[in-house]
Parts: sequence; structure tokens; C-alpha cells
Amino acid sequence: MVNLTVNGRPVTVPEGAHLLDAVQAAGARLPTLCYHPALAPYGACRLCMVTITAPRHALVASCAHPAEEGLVVETGAADAVAARQLALEFLLSRCPQSGTIRELAAEAGVTSSRFGEPAPEDADELCMLCGLCVRVCREAIGAAALAFIGRGATRRVGTPFDMHTDACIGCGACAEVCPTGAVCIEDRGSQRILHTWHTTVALHPCHGCGRYFAPQPMAFLTEMMPEVESLWTLCPECRMKQTGRQWIEQGPKTLPGTP
Amino acid sequence: MRIRDRADLAGLHAAGQASLYPPVPRISVGMATCGLATGAAEVFDVLRTEAAARNLDIALVATGCIGYCQQEPLVDVQMPQGGRALYARVTPERARKMLAALAEGVLPAEGALGVMPDGTAAALPGVPGLDALPFYARQHKIILRNCGLIDPARIEEYMARGGYDALARALSDLAPQAVIDEITRAGLRGRGGGGFPTGRKWQICRDAPGTPKYVICNGDEGDPGAYMDRTVLESDPHSVIEGMIIAGYATGAQEGYLYIRDEYPLAVARASHAVAQAEEAGLLGPNILGSGFDFTLNVVRGAGAFVCGEETALIASIEGGLGEPRPKPPYPATHGLWGCPTIINNVKTWSSVSAIVARGADWYRSIGVENNTGTVVFSLVGKVANTGLVEVPLGLTLAEMIEGIGGGGLDGKTVKAVQTGGPSGGCLPASLFHLPIDYETLTAAGSIMGSGGMVVMDEDTCMVDVARYFLNFTMAESCGKCTPCREGTRFMHTLLTRIIEGRGTPDDLDLLEEVARWVKATALCGLGQTAPNPVISTLRYFRDEYEAHVTGKRCPAGVCRNLIRLVILPELCNGCGACQRECPAGAISGEPKQLHVIDPAVCTRCRLCYDVCPTHAVVIRAPELSEADAGVVR
Repeated sequence: MVNLTVNGRPVTVPEGAHLLDAVQAAGARLPTLCYHPALAPYGACRLCMVTITAPRHALVASCAHPAEEGLVVETGAADAVAARQLALEFLLSRCPQSGTIRELAAEAGVTSSRFGEPAPEDADELCMLCGLCVRVCREAIGAAALAFIGRGATRRVGTPFDMHTDACIGCGACAEVCPTGAVCIEDRGSQRILHTWHTTVALHPCHGCGRYFAPQPMAFLTEMMPEVESLWTLCPECRMKQTGRQWIEQGPKTLPGTP
Repeated sequence: MRIRDRADLAGLHAAGQASLYPPVPRISVGMATCGLATGAAEVFDVLRTEAAARNLDIALVATGCIGYCQQEPLVDVQMPQGGRALYARVTPERARKMLAALAEGVLPAEGALGVMPDGTAAALPGVPGLDALPFYARQHKIILRNCGLIDPARIEEYMARGGYDALARALSDLAPQAVIDEITRAGLRGRGGGGFPTGRKWQICRDAPGTPKYVICNGDEGDPGAYMDRTVLESDPHSVIEGMIIAGYATGAQEGYLYIRDEYPLAVARASHAVAQAEEAGLLGPNILGSGFDFTLNVVRGAGAFVCGEETALIASIEGGLGEPRPKPPYPATHGLWGCPTIINNVKTWSSVSAIVARGADWYRSIGVENNTGTVVFSLVGKVANTGLVEVPLGLTLAEMIEGIGGGGLDGKTVKAVQTGGPSGGCLPASLFHLPIDYETLTAAGSIMGSGGMVVMDEDTCMVDVARYFLNFTMAESCGKCTPCREGTRFMHTLLTRIIEGRGTPDDLDLLEEVARWVKATALCGLGQTAPNPVISTLRYFRDEYEAHVTGKRCPAGVCRNLIRLVILPELCNGCGACQRECPAGAISGEPKQLHVIDPAVCTRCRLCYDVCPTHAVVIRAPELSEADAGVVR
């Protein structure tokens, strides 16, 4: 275990934890956009900046900085507050239409930006390049269908050549993790259309109600893990109904997972 | 031949001596990129074909760069009886004349720049020793010790100058820990610019748990105006390879990577050739020199991004991933290539390592100053009389560098500032030229040592324009991963453009400074953390120039197009028409021998007329004011 002090409170976090874990353990709140507990530290949005005041002075991104024994951390130090405000002011200038960013900015006391408006063609931009979609697709799902394109100010996320990609299994994890709602996915009939990724995948129908619900490319899961067969045959609603029926007819003890 | 022990090494050493000092005239043509760019290949061809036609027995060698790039093509002629001199700006015609002299058994007299240090026997009358030239007088060559003197394609010539002695010494006389102690005691610091103690880095890697371990050479030199690493790889690749093998032995690594930017095709080719030679000689591969130590090297071509010079981005690039930095800690010494402990050092550091292990820490410590031992290489470029590659002991002052070695401003103009450390460095004013060149002093003054770019600026340089130039570079090369670097460099560039175009306000300067300090303090990697340095340092030392732009709407250096106007002074114009012929916009009218006039509505303010006017009748003035009010800007 690692012992450190956050805002004057002693906290203990496990070996391998980061400063953000310690900050959260101390009950303090920090804005984050590129952080996700299921993914490796990335340190890109620079919203979670904190000040280490001892044994050395440093301004660091708490999500990516290892928690070290004896560190003293202040989330409210003037330089950390100013750094977070400027990062939010820049993100507000990039994505003025994002409710998430507006809320985070307002919480930090930033309601307008001195850094201008996006170009007219980017006026509705919601993506602030946290990379969660790219990383979840690669690290957690293993599909690696998405990547960053370009660099610097022209950096963006996309599929190869902005075309339909067979690497996408249509799982929708990218939309799930996106903090600003920039990823647009729609289920239409027997198809899942991933508008942002120019990709369409076929859906598999529910054996109960016939509604299309599961992306066909994810069928490999039933071979890898036969125990999820029931997830594949029935849509969530039909499963819920089946469970309810089983409870009523046979009693709760027959349900899987009950002791 | 395969070298199994020190006796075999001595055999190749002798072969190299015979190659370096043949019984016939040895003519070495500097054929690194700088020489080739100025026609060295043509000179080489003429020497080869004409010597054959004349039936003249010579040893013609393509060497690397001897440093005085401005004087290329450089040809070094060594007579078997001892005379030896360096010839500058050799043309094919001059090459023919040189052969005519050699046919008569004498050193050519024409065009000799200096007598080489070991060529005193038949010194040319009236030609100074090379070491007496201001450009070379203060130099101390360790990293560049063989550059321009040996054929980089012949491993035996490297050996004849002491090459691979350090490896033999390390493998047979020193325990791995003793090698690290030697490097630590020498006080060597990372020559990539960070200045981290090399010995300490190696120690961390050696002590780190986990195998395998790796050694990497960072040859992804990308600074505009810097070409130190390219020259070393092109001119003396074995010095780098030897250093890397030694580090492998010291830290327990058995595999290394030479990461060289792909825009350096000659460096890639020569390094690859050198690796193959070392493999053939048994200096790479299993059981090196019978020690039981195995080490292999791979050459990796960089993928064309400046940010790949950042160590974690470089490692990601070798791994086949996107060349982007990741947060540190953990550092590569514990979590590097494939997550394994990895030493990554710059080309110049590696070349220094082989010299230190060969000659000992005490020798190295005697050069330079306390905590900043040894030498550092700069590419001295810009508005300075002598340009080229310069290696000096740390602690030399900027004035000794610029006024002494560089010979002061170009065409007698006054030097105003110097920028060290490439696009990430700061601009230091002439008033600070008394400062010594060392890691701490440059950092305290607002610049950095960096990898070794040194760009001299004179009175014709607008410092706001310079700041924007470097921001333009870092903005384009930012990978875009972190918010400060991506958004901050772009905004600073926008603001500087506004100021340069005369649309800036005094408040813009405060905003510029606020954003610059934020980017520096919060960016993810070294690129972003240092990108604001040109802005911060020019605001600190040349704030008056910024203020002239925002309040006076004028550019004191007469550079920024929106803030100048070109005028022909009637009393000086002799009607020669040079300006009219040169003007690309057709903005100048006037009959021959009559006063010429510039139409401000058509003029693009390119300043060509200003440059060509033989009577200096074209002057730069502030726009929109009466001539009496504005006065001559310069």
C-alpha cells in the first residue's frame, strides 16, 4: 500500500495506483475527460492537473502520475486551478456545443473563452480528442478499428480512409465511453449504422421477439464463451421477461447465480 | 575477417594505418550531405577519371564532414612524404589543377585553407595551420574526432584511430559495473539536450528488474538548422555502434536499435553498412572478442515525425505503434521498449561513450567545467560569418562561440541574438553573450542546450517573426495528443500572426505570455513543454519589438510586410533600373537614368529592390505616416 496526503488528509491507495485514485479516495473531485478506469493512463486532456507540494514541487496530470509514498498533493493550489481553467477554456473554444464541457467549465468558473470560436465548418464539433473511443476499441475490445488521423491541429479520429471497416464489430463501446456524445450510432431495422465511422454492421435477431439487437460480427463470442449463449439468443427485454417468468413459476432459487 | 581477440584487433589496426597513410598521395573528399550538396560528387568523379587518365597513382577516399560546411566541397590532400593540407570550395576545374601539381610530386598551392595538424613536414608557405584558423582554434574534437578524417565505410580506418579499443578494454579489463562507474565519474550528460547524467541512467537500467533489456540510439534529429547527428552517422558510424555495444555490456542488454530519421538516407545507408561490417568482424553477434557477451544491432528508419525524437514516442514508433509520447514516469530506463528496461541516448552521447571508455574518466573530466564536463557539438548557422559544425568544451562563452569561432555577423552586420536548442530553445540577446555554454546557465537564461542547433540572428531579424517561425514548426509537428500543445501552439501562432500583421493589441502580449506559460507547465511531453520557449524568451528580452508592433504598428527590423513601406530616395537614385528588373510585382516605374518610383498599391514588400539597389536608395519606412514623422526605420 502507498500512503500519501491529499489536501491535508492522509490516504492509502494500492500499489500501482495513480494520484487521481488518491484524490478520489480523499473525497476531492477533479474534472476528467480522457480518464477511464478500464484503460491505461493516457494523460491527454490535462484537466486533472494537481500540484505536488512535497517532497518536491511539480504540476502533474493526476490520472497518469504514479502514487508515490509520502507525496503531498494539493488539488486547490493556485497553479493547478489556473492550469485546469485554461485547459477548459481551450476545450470550450474548441467544442462550444458540448454540454459536458460547458458543465465542467462552469464548475471551474469558466463560462466563456478568450480563444475564439471554431471555424464555421467545425461549429458543431463535439470531439475533444480524449481518445477514449480509439483506446477502448484497441485495449478493451481488441478490434482496433479506429485510429487517430493527422497530427496537431488537424488531428481527428476515424477509420482507415474514412471508409467502412470490417475491423469494427459494431459493439458500440466507442459511443458508450465517449464523454461528449460525439460518436453517433443508430440501430435501423436489421442494421446498426455507425454514422461517425462510415460503417454498417448487420444485426442478429432475438429468438423471442424477433427484434434485431446484437451485432452479427460479435457471434464469435458464443464460440469463445459458450456460457453467454443465452445473451446471444434473447434480447435484454426478452431475457428480463424470461427471468421474471422463471421467478414466478419456479421460485427465485432456480435462477442462475443464486445460492 | 572475424576478430576473436585483441591480437586480431591489432592486425586490423595495422591494416587501417596502411589505408590512412598509403605510399601514394591520399586525397579525401568530404562527401557527407553538406559536401554532396555543393558538388563533392562531381569533384570526386573528376579526381578519379583524371587521375586514371594521367596514370597517376593516388588513394582517393570519400570521407565524411570535417566541419567547415560553409567551405565545402573540402578536399584533404596528404603526400606520402608528409605534406598535408585542406582545400576549400574545390571545383572540378580546381581539382584538375590539383592533380597537375600532384603529378609533379608537390602539394597544390592554390586554394589551400590550412595545413593539417599532422602535415607539418612540407607546410605550404603562407598557408596557416588549420588549428590556427579562428574557426578551428577553440575547437576540441571528441565526438567528431574521426569525422572527415576516415573513410566511414572502412572499419579498419576507424580502428587505426583507436576505434574498438574501448570495447576491447571494457570486455577484457572492466566489469559491467566498472564501466558504468567510469561513465558516471566522467560526468557525461545526455547530449540530446536534456543533460541527464548518462551514468545514472545506465545504473537505473542495470538495476531495473526484468529482461531482456534494450539499448537505443536516438538519431531522429529534426531541429531546423541542426545536423550534428547526421554528420556523425554519415562520417563516423562506428563510434556510435561501439558506444552502444559497451552500454549493452554494462547494463546487461543484448539487443540494440539505431533509430535514424528516414530523411537522412545517407546516414541510414552508412550506419547499416557499418553494422554489417561490425557483424562480419565479430564485433556484433555472439561471443564478442571471446568475452562470452552477445549483442546485436538493428537499424530502424524513422517515420517522419519530429515528435519521434521524444524518447517515449520513438519507442512507440519502433514497436510499430503511432509515434506519440506517453506520460512519464515510468521512464524508459525501467519501462522502455516492449515495456522492458531500456537505455536511450543521443548519437553524440554514444560517440562520447566510446571515447571515454578508451581514454578514461579522468581525461574526460579535465575537459569542460565542473558538472558540465566534456564537449558539445553545435551546428553554427544563420547570420554569422563562419558556419559549420563546431565542437567545443562546455563552459566556452557564447561570445567566444559567435564572435570567435563564428567570426561575428555576416557582411559586417551586428549580431542581435542567438537561438540555441532548435525550435524548442530560446533567443538570447547579445547582452548575454558573456554567459558560458552549459546546461544550467542556458536554462536559467530561458533557453536550453538542446540537441545542438545554434542560429545566429542579426539586426535584419524581427524577433516576433522568429518566434512565429518556430511556433509554426512546433504547431505543425505537435502530435496533437494533449490539449496544451495542440490548442496552445495553434493559438499562440494565431496571436503572433495577428501581431505581425499589425492587428495586435497590448492585451495580446499578456494573453500570449499567459498561454505560453501554461503550455510550458502542463504539456505532456518535452515537445510541448519547450515549444513556448521562443515566445517566452523573446517576450523577456525583446519586448520592445513586440510593443513596437502592437502600439506603434511598426516593425523595427523592417521585416513584417504589413508594417513596412519601401520608398526610393530621390537624392540617391541613379536610375540604374536594377530594382525595376528585379521587382516580381511590377510595382516600380521609371525611365533609364531617371528617378524610379514604387507604387505602394502594387508593392508586395518582398524587399528584393532593397537588397539589389547599388546606391542604397531604397529604404524601409513605417507605413501610413509622413516620411518626416516616420523617419527611416533603419
